[in-house]
Amino acid sequence: MNEFSTGIPLLSLLTGLPLIGAAIALWSGKHARAVALITTMSSLMLALLVWTRLPVSGGMGLVEQLAWAPSLGIEYHLGVDGLGALMLVLSAIVTLMSVDAAHRVHHQPNLYFALVLVLESGLFGSFTALNFFHWFLFWELSLIPAFFLIKLWGGPRRGPAATQFFVYTMAGSVALLVAFLAIFVSTGSMDFGHLTLLASTGELEQMVTAHLGPVSLWLAIGVLAGFAVKVPMFPFHTWLPAAYAEAPSPVTMLLTGAMSKMGVYGLLRIAIPLFGPQIAQIRTPLLVLAVATIVMGAWAAVAQKDLKRVFAYSSVNHLGYCLLGIFALAVPSAGAAAQASQAAALNGVILQMFNHGITAAALFWFVAMIQMRSGGGRGIDDFGGLRKPAPVFAGLMGIALFSSLGLPGLNGFVGEFLIFRGVFPLAWVAATVSILGLLVTAAVILTVIQKVFSGPVPERWAAFPDLHHGERLALAPVIGLMLLLGLVPQVIVDSVNPTVLNLLAHWRF
Amino acid sequence: MLAWTIYLSFAGALLQALLPKGRNDLARWLALAFAVAGLALAVAGFVAGMGQGRVIIIDAPWVPTMGIHYLLAADGISRVLVLLTGLAAVAGVLFSWNIELRTNEFFAFFLALIGGVYGVFLSFDLFLLFVFYEIAIVPKYFLIAIWGSTRREYAAMKLALYSFAGSAMVLIGLLAAYATSGSHSTSLIDLAAYAHSGGLPVSFQMWCFPLVFTGFAILAGMWPFHTWAPTGHVAAPTAASMLLAGVVMKLGAYGCLRVGIWLFPHGLDSWGFTLLGFIGSWRDVFALLAVIGIVYGALVALAQTDFKFVIGYSSVSHMGFVLLGLMTLNQIGVTGAVMQMFSHGIIAGLLFAIVGRIVYERTHTRQLDELETMHLAKRLPFAAWAFVVAGMASMGLPGFSGFVAELQVLVGAWTAKPWWTFAAGVGIVVGVAYTWRALQKAFFSDRLPTADEHPKTGWHNLGAITWPEYAGVALLTGVSLFVGLYPRILLDTIEPAVKALLAGGGQ
Amino acid sequence: MNYPGFYPDLFRVTLPETALEVAALLVLVIDLGFLRKAALKVRVAVAALIGIAGCGAALWALQCTARSGLSFDGDVLLAQGGYTQVAQTGILALTILTLLLFIGSAFTRHAGEYVSVVLMAAAGGLIVSSAQDLLVIFIGLELLSLGLYILTAFAKSSGKSAEAAMKYYLFGGMSAAFLLFGFSYLYGISGSTNLNKILLASFYSSASGGAPLLYVALVLIAAGLGFKVAAVPFHLWAPDTYEGAPAPAAAFIASVSKVASFALLISISTAAVHLFDGVHELRFVAFTLGPPPKYLGLWIPWSLILTVLSAASMVVGNLAALAQISVRRLLAYSAIAHAGYILLGLAFFSHSNASANAILYYILTYGLTTIGAFGVVDVVQRATGSDRLDAFLGLHKRNPLLAAVLLVLFLSLAGIPPLVGFWAKFNLFAAVLGVSAGPVAFALVALAVALSAVSLYYYLQVLKRAYVMPAVDETPIKAHPVTMAVLLAIAAAVVVFGCFPALLQNWIAGF
Repeated sequence: MNEFSTGIPLLSLLTGLPLIGAAIALWSGKHARAVALITTMSSLMLALLVWTRLPVSGGMGLVEQLAWAPSLGIEYHLGVDGLGALMLVLSAIVTLMSVDAAHRVHHQPNLYFALVLVLESGLFGSFTALNFFHWFLFWELSLIPAFFLIKLWGGPRRGPAATQFFVYTMAGSVALLVAFLAIFVSTGSMDFGHLTLLASTGELEQMVTAHLGPVSLWLAIGVLAGFAVKVPMFPFHTWLPAAYAEAPSPVTMLLTGAMSKMGVYGLLRIAIPLFGPQIAQIRTPLLVLAVATIVMGAWAAVAQKDLKRVFAYSSVNHLGYCLLGIFALAVPSAGAAAQASQAAALNGVILQMFNHGITAAALFWFVAMIQMRSGGGRGIDDFGGLRKPAPVFAGLMGIALFSSLGLPGLNGFVGEFLIFRGVFPLAWVAATVSILGLLVTAAVILTVIQKVFSGPVPERWAAFPDLHHGERLALAPVIGLMLLLGLVPQVIVDSVNPTVLNLLAHWRF
Repeated sequence: MLAWTIYLSFAGALLQALLPKGRNDLARWLALAFAVAGLALAVAGFVAGMGQGRVIIIDAPWVPTMGIHYLLAADGISRVLVLLTGLAAVAGVLFSWNIELRTNEFFAFFLALIGGVYGVFLSFDLFLLFVFYEIAIVPKYFLIAIWGSTRREYAAMKLALYSFAGSAMVLIGLLAAYATSGSHSTSLIDLAAYAHSGGLPVSFQMWCFPLVFTGFAILAGMWPFHTWAPTGHVAAPTAASMLLAGVVMKLGAYGCLRVGIWLFPHGLDSWGFTLLGFIGSWRDVFALLAVIGIVYGALVALAQTDFKFVIGYSSVSHMGFVLLGLMTLNQIGVTGAVMQMFSHGIIAGLLFAIVGRIVYERTHTRQLDELETMHLAKRLPFAAWAFVVAGMASMGLPGFSGFVAELQVLVGAWTAKPWWTFAAGVGIVVGVAYTWRALQKAFFSDRLPTADEHPKTGWHNLGAITWPEYAGVALLTGVSLFVGLYPRILLDTIEPAVKALLAGGGQ
Repeated sequence: MNYPGFYPDLFRVTLPETALEVAALLVLVIDLGFLRKAALKVRVAVAALIGIAGCGAALWALQCTARSGLSFDGDVLLAQGGYTQVAQTGILALTILTLLLFIGSAFTRHAGEYVSVVLMAAAGGLIVSSAQDLLVIFIGLELLSLGLYILTAFAKSSGKSAEAAMKYYLFGGMSAAFLLFGFSYLYGISGSTNLNKILLASFYSSASGGAPLLYVALVLIAAGLGFKVAAVPFHLWAPDTYEGAPAPAAAFIASVSKVASFALLISISTAAVHLFDGVHELRFVAFTLGPPPKYLGLWIPWSLILTVLSAASMVVGNLAALAQISVRRLLAYSAIAHAGYILLGLAFFSHSNASANAILYYILTYGLTTIGAFGVVDVVQRATGSDRLDAFLGLHKRNPLLAAVLLVLFLSLAGIPPLVGFWAKFNLFAAVLGVSAGPVAFALVALAVALSAVSLYYYLQVLKRAYVMPAVDETPIKAHPVTMAVLLAIAAAVVVFGCFPALLQNWIAGF
């Protein structure tokens, strides 16, 4: 496990860096954004460094383990595999994009960027934690800044939106906490690795039953509920549109690009390994919910008039594919073909997480630019024919939109393709119905393109400014990444695949 | 060394009382010096005591004919609570920096109270403990009655009478135990050894335990004897409410543990029959009361319109966790209870400081509806963010001391009786709600005053935050975070002591 | 008189009383004979000093007298040593304190007469606390009481004083009649006036069915002595007397006369419980009657009567005190309550001297504290003209030292550790539970402790005005330096004895 750990506690460094940055930003007044940019760039470098240091076996690397509060089973236990490292890179990229996008924060910029950096630290921490306490600490740590970012810098109805966001996530956290309390009471351990091991032999369920009676299923539901809120899964998604719409766009980028992945990551790192059999038991309702997330998300997007809400619902839809891929794994299957399907689905899920992160963040960034140019307007019907006054803008946003649609050759395609490739053999009904979601999404995206970029130019947008050089420069790497991952997905798949195989080998349904 | 915390505080109190009038600055700095010296001793004692068991500090005959000793000692639990007292004292002095009325008398009473509290935590003789316990009552009365606010005389009297009624119950129990044991020693160590070797008849313990436990629990704010707590907290001047919630309520909880549970090991045994189908021992009774306190305190806090009452009732709720932890009677639960005592002491102190000192002294209102129109997050950002941190700690978010403590209590409770955990869990959820509501209303609201709401005069000029306020907030948040992130610092000290105590104290 | 050596013995044993009487006469002679023209201040000081010297001489005499007591025809008349000596020393010490307070409290022009009456009353107190014979008891009580009536009426200019004295006198006369009536019954039953003999006889009497008459006698005696210690329901004189009497006199009544009366009660209870120790044949009788009862004869009804008086006094005293607005009346009701606690100790009286020691500890420290309390009230009353609660408003500003003394004394009365009042209570209740750990004793101790929690409320009412509530009048209050010194000394003693309770306990146990 430990073969690749270097002398330097790389992961602690990565988690601590944004916190230090936050402290500096808080005291640096108007230069906070510069501090934040430097910090996020350094974080990205470090995250990429972590990515290069992954063990080839697909197991945990860069492990750091220290006793913390032994009597409570609390350890300082960090480590990453391909999944964690990918999420670290994604978080670093999305935060950098968000900071880049947020150059119009006039009100208390020092506080704003400090909170963003704390949020980044929360993300890093929760993607590297291997102990429940440690993980939960950062899970909550990311929630608080997100709440205040919405609450203090959001749109006109930010109050209720922030409250709703907070209450839902907090309720989810309580469910998680209770479940882990039960696990700790039964096993005396909070270590994910140890618990996964126990679960893979079926001991976990026996221990829980011995201590608390047959409640494993309920614990599984509690854990699932905690993550379902964060992802979000239908019907726990109702906080999302309001929060995404009211949050300032750079914050929405963080919410959708990185924070929603915490939920999916939690399912993969915690829920599935610990409660495989229980999830298998209720896989049908779960699959139904996943499909519902896909289809309802897409349908709801159709009905929206606000660009942010459109993309918000389309995010729900895209994350639904991840859920579909994950829950399909729980369908009983045997044989080499089934294993290949499972590997494909899981690879797809992980790729989709990354790609959706990049694409959705980019889309909200574009919305931010539209808002900036239009003085706040972002209604889907307010615009038209922007292609003419702002061709570069239209082109780049078009790429992002097509990526979101899942056009082959762009990054959005690969993940979705792999998920469907894996799910069809495992749960063909769910997959078939989900296709409906794909179609509706395509319709939504095309509608957006048509309404915003095509048609006659209304008089007031005749002088719609195109992207200036700074913006082009900032966007170029992102668009480049979309193309790169679309054309050469191996960049990620090669690193992730060992992890996927390793994970599947340890899971038991 | 730790004994000097007591002597220093009393010496400081005496010095303050003798100080000429009008030397307010001198009084303040002197008080700070004594409090810091006490804290330094407490820290030194804590560090020196790491890895050690119970250390006898002094054991001298006091009333030889009755077997009463002047016996000061410290085990892990004592050391942690002495540390808490030191912290609360320093923070309390810092947050009373603006007191101009009878300043030296204020600090005299303050230091006398602190001295009594140190004494209770270090006493290992039943009567010495009781003496210090009572010493702490009187200064409380005067602190609230003279320097308090809303209905202060009523609240002070109520508090004094509740405390005295509680200590009367304790005294009866102690006299009974003393008479029954016939051991001619009031040393807790001897008595506990006697009790654990089967010396005290079970039937005697069965009636004496609830008496003593209830007597102490009154001061710990156990439902339904909690009503002194909210009124007392609200009426008290900031430093006094910090001390009340921070350490005085801990006196009660400490007494429950050190005297109630240690001396009457069979008091919690099953009765042999059940009431209502689920209450079969005093343990069930007190656990039920604790759980009711947790949920009731939280629900009532949710409905308050006065900011300070929210915090006051939250104390009732949080102290419920302490009592619940004690009733688990297992290692982890009781450790959690002690942790929670420490943690709540710090956090409640911080909350009261923010509400009573930083906000109220500037806005002169504690009504949430009025604060709502003041947009304090923009005008007093320091207060707002300090309250965010304190509120997070109070909610029991991970990373703060409260989380570890409540987690331990919940784990312990689950091991003992799962339904306790669920009921207490409800309290946590409501706790999030009321903290969040107070935060929202007091600091982060956007509401504009309506036509018939005339802002109070003088609220435009809120005044800058002063250095003692910065220092106090930094101290308390720092401690809560440090303990939350590195709970071992306390756990390693508490755990062996709890283990020894539950096993009967032969350490 | 065929008992040679009786008179020398009498003189030897009553040397302290003699010293007091001589001093009393000396005061009169000097004050009325030589100092007629002198200023009042000088006369008061001289009179008090002579009185103190007399008390000092009596104390010295007390140390010198052999500890054998005075017997006549084999019956002990006056006891010596043990609790008697403690009580007598206490009486003399407390008398000195009240005389010192008199120096600062010139309420009368008749300094010589006042001191002389105080000394005679104190002599009566000494006799009462050592008397073992009904007649001696009665003479001592009358000597004491007559002095007290006069002292109560001493403020001639005050109508209240006269009214209080009249009430006190009428009640006192009545109770003396009851007492005497009871004594005559006892004599009729037993044919003796000696306490030990009476108790011995009462055993046979109760064993042979003569109990009803005995009970009547006991009730009558309890009424007479209950009056002296102000136990409910014989307490009605106390509030008026405490309110009307001049402060040093009230302090004397509240302390010295209480010590003497309780010493007498100790004598009776000791004699009752010691019945078995002296009389061996009784033990034999007791065993032949079946399972050996713990107490026989007089003890059970006596204990029952004391219990009733005790419970009633605790409840009524504490509850009535809650409603008072005059601090002196408040102190009177608190005195009733304290008498209730002590009676509990008498009702559950131990075989060893643990109970006697605890009761003496209680009454001595209570006397000390209450003298101080009256001293403070006197100073305040002189300055404000009132002893109402509101007269104490802002005392901490008007005289911080006096306020501090008040704080210490009242908290001690409330039984807050580490002041001496706490140890007194603790000692007493521990002694009660040491005698009987049964449910009745527990219930009564619980009642006492609970009511002492209630008592904190009314003590705090005074302290609240002294410390908390805003002052109406902020002019400083001046106290006579001697008064102040005495009060500070008392407060210091209350603190020191509280912090080192063993000092006084060992001293009491040493006799």
